Amino acid sequence: MDSVYTKTLRISNNLGLHARAAAKIVDLAKKYEAKLYLRKDDQEVDGGSILSLLTLCCPKGTEVEIRAEGPEAHELMEELERLFEYRFGEEK
Amino acid sequence: MKSGEGSAPRILKGIPVSSGVVIGKAHVVETSQLKIVYQYLLDEKHVEMEVERFMDALHTTGEQLKKLKDSMPEPIKSHGFIIDTHLMILQDSMLREGTVEKIRKEQINAEWALKKSLREIRRLFEEIDDPYIRGRIDDVEDVADRIMRNLAGQEAPPLGDITQRVIVVAHKLSPADTSEMDVTKVMGFITDMGGRTSHTAIMAQALKIPAVVGLETATQFVEDGDLLIVDGTAGEVVINPDDSDIIRFQERQVLYQEKESLIAKSSQAPAITKDGYRITVRANIEFLEEVGTVKEYGGEGIGLYRTEFLYLKSRGLPSEEELFLDYKEAVEQVAPDPVAIRTLDLGGEKLTSVPGSLNEANPALGLRGIRLCLKERDMFRTQLRAILRASAFGKVRIIFPMISGVQELMDAKAFLKSIMGELDEEGLGYDPYLEVGIMIEVPSAVTMAEVLAEHVDFFSIGTNDLIQYALAIDRVNEHVAYMYQPFHPAILRMIRTVVEAGDQCGGRVSLCGEMASDPLCTGLLLGLGITELSINARTIPVIKELIRSISIEEARKDLHEVMKLPTARQVREYLLERMNPIIEKLGINESFLNTTQVPMG
Repeated sequence: MDSVYTKTLRISNNLGLHARAAAKIVDLAKKYEAKLYLRKDDQEVDGGSILSLLTLCCPKGTEVEIRAEGPEAHELMEELERLFEYRFGEEK
Repeated sequence: MKSGEGSAPRILKGIPVSSGVVIGKAHVVETSQLKIVYQYLLDEKHVEMEVERFMDALHTTGEQLKKLKDSMPEPIKSHGFIIDTHLMILQDSMLREGTVEKIRKEQINAEWALKKSLREIRRLFEEIDDPYIRGRIDDVEDVADRIMRNLAGQEAPPLGDITQRVIVVAHKLSPADTSEMDVTKVMGFITDMGGRTSHTAIMAQALKIPAVVGLETATQFVEDGDLLIVDGTAGEVVINPDDSDIIRFQERQVLYQEKESLIAKSSQAPAITKDGYRITVRANIEFLEEVGTVKEYGGEGIGLYRTEFLYLKSRGLPSEEELFLDYKEAVEQVAPDPVAIRTLDLGGEKLTSVPGSLNEANPALGLRGIRLCLKERDMFRTQLRAILRASAFGKVRIIFPMISGVQELMDAKAFLKSIMGELDEEGLGYDPYLEVGIMIEVPSAVTMAEVLAEHVDFFSIGTNDLIQYALAIDRVNEHVAYMYQPFHPAILRMIRTVVEAGDQCGGRVSLCGEMASDPLCTGLLLGLGITELSINARTIPVIKELIRSISIEEARKDLHEVMKLPTARQVREYLLERMNPIIEKLGINESFLNTTQVPMG
C-alpha cells in the first residue's frame, strides 16, 4: 500500500547523528522500497545518503521530522522509530 | 585549510605579470602535477562510455574495500566498521549519482566530475560545527582517492578534447605542467607562488593572456568552476563577481586598451634620450612562439633567448635538428636584427636524461649552466652545432651562462672553435664572425670583468642571478626573500665595474633581468652607462617611452647622488622621488611598478 507517513523523532543518543548512527539509518532505508527523508529546520535530506545525513548535523536532542513514502512506508517508519528509541545501539 | 572560519575573500591581490582583463571559469590545477585533467566529451557515445567507466571504477573500488575488510586480522576486525562506512560512502547518491549527473549534463570526464562532486561535498562538510562529523570528510576523500586511482588504471578518453576555455588556477606551474596543457584553451593564469620572471609570467606574456601570480591563497579560496575576473594589469582577482564588478572591470579593460594602443604607436621608433643618446632595447624570450611579439612591440632583436624549454619539454634530449629548426626560425623572423642565444643554463637536477644526475645539497652552487655543459660535452656539442648552423641564416650571438672565471670561458670558446672545425669539414655553413659573449651573474666574474672583457665581444649582466649570488640570498626562500634588493649599493657598484671593464675593451654591455624592465631603474641604468637593455617584449614600448623622457646628463648626476647612499632603502626612496613625476606623466600603470620592491622594514 502506497502512503506517506510523517513523524517527529528526537535523537537521544549521546553522540548524536554521527557516522555509525547514520549508517544504520541508511541500511534501513535500503531495506525498504519506500523513500525516506529527514528534515531539520528547513533542510530536508535523503535518508538513503550517509553524506546527506551527516551534513544535516544533528547533535543529541535534535528533533527531526521523518517522512517515509511509498510501499511499506509504514513498516519502515516503525523500524526507524525502534532504531531511534534504541539510540542506534549506542552503549550508555 | 578551508576551516570555515570567516568567509573567503572576494578579491585577491597579487603581482600582475601579464596585462589585460579576462572573465571566465576557474580550472584549479592540483599541486604541481596535472594528474586530473579536464576533458570535454564530444558526444552522447563518449558520455555513456565515460559513465560506464565511472561505474566500473566504483565497482572495482567496492570489491577492493570488501576484500580489505575480509582480510582484516581478528584483533582489528571491530574496525571493519570504518570500511563499512567507506562502502556506504561509495554507494552514496551525492557521490555516485552526483558524479554521473555531472558527466552527463556537463559532458565532462569522470575524474573531473568526481573532483567536482568531492568539492561540493567538502563545502557542505565545512559548514558543520561538530568537529567529529566535519572530520568525516577525510573518509570521503579516501574513497574518492581510491576511485581516482581505479579510474587512472582504466583507459581515459583521448586528450586534446578540451573545448572549453578556462582560467588556470594553480599553486605553482612548472614548464612540465604547461607542456602537458593545451595552453591555447587557457584564458588566463593565476598562481599562489611566483614572481615577475616565473614560468607562468613568461608563458602568459607569450600567449598575451592576463596573469596574476604570488596570490598566496588562490588555490585555497578558488573552487573549480568559480567565475573569476582576472585583472593582469592591476594584479587583482575577483572570485564570483557580481554584475557591478563585471561592469567595473570591463570599463577598466577599455581604459587599459586605450593606454596600450597609445604607447604601442611609438614603440617602433628608436629609444633616444632627451640629450640624443641612442639606447638599444631588445627582447628576452623563452619560447619560439614569443618571437612574433618581438617586432610587434618594437624590440630591436632578441637580447636573450633562453634555451632551456626544449630540454624540459621533450622526452630525452632534443636533437640537433630540432634545436636547429627552432633557432633558425627565430633568427629568420627577427633578421636583420640579432638573436643572442644563451646556451643551456640548467642545473643537472632538471635533466633526468643526463646520465648520473646528481643529488646535490646545494644545486644553485652545483653542477649547472656552463659547468654542466662542459661536463656533458655531447649534449653541449649538439646545441652549439645547432646554434652555429642557425647563424648561417641571420645574425646570431652566443652567450655562455654562469661564467665564473677566465678558464671556463677559454674552455667554452675552445670547444666552440673545435665545433666550427667540425662544421668546416662537413661543409656546413655558419657565420665565422659570430659574436661571443658571457652572462655576468657570478660575483667573481664581476671582479674579473676587465680580464674577461679581453676575450669576449659583449657582456650581458643577468641581474636576477647576480643579486642572489652577490647577496647570498635565495629569493624563493620566504625567510630571506626580503633581502633580494636590486637597489643594494653593492649591486650598483658591481654593475658600474662591469660597464667600466666593457668600455675599456670596446665591448658592449647589455643588461637583462628584472631591473631592466623596472621603470624605477631605467634612469639609474642609463646613468651607469648601460646602452642596451633586454626585457620582456611587452614592456618594450613603455621602457622606450621612458628612455625618451630621460637625459643621460641628468641620469649621471642622479647616479652620483645615489652612489653616496648607503642602503637599498635610501636608494629606492631617492629614485622614487626622482622617477615618479616622469612615470606619472607617462601614465605607466602599477603593473610595471611592483617589480623591484624593497621592503620598508
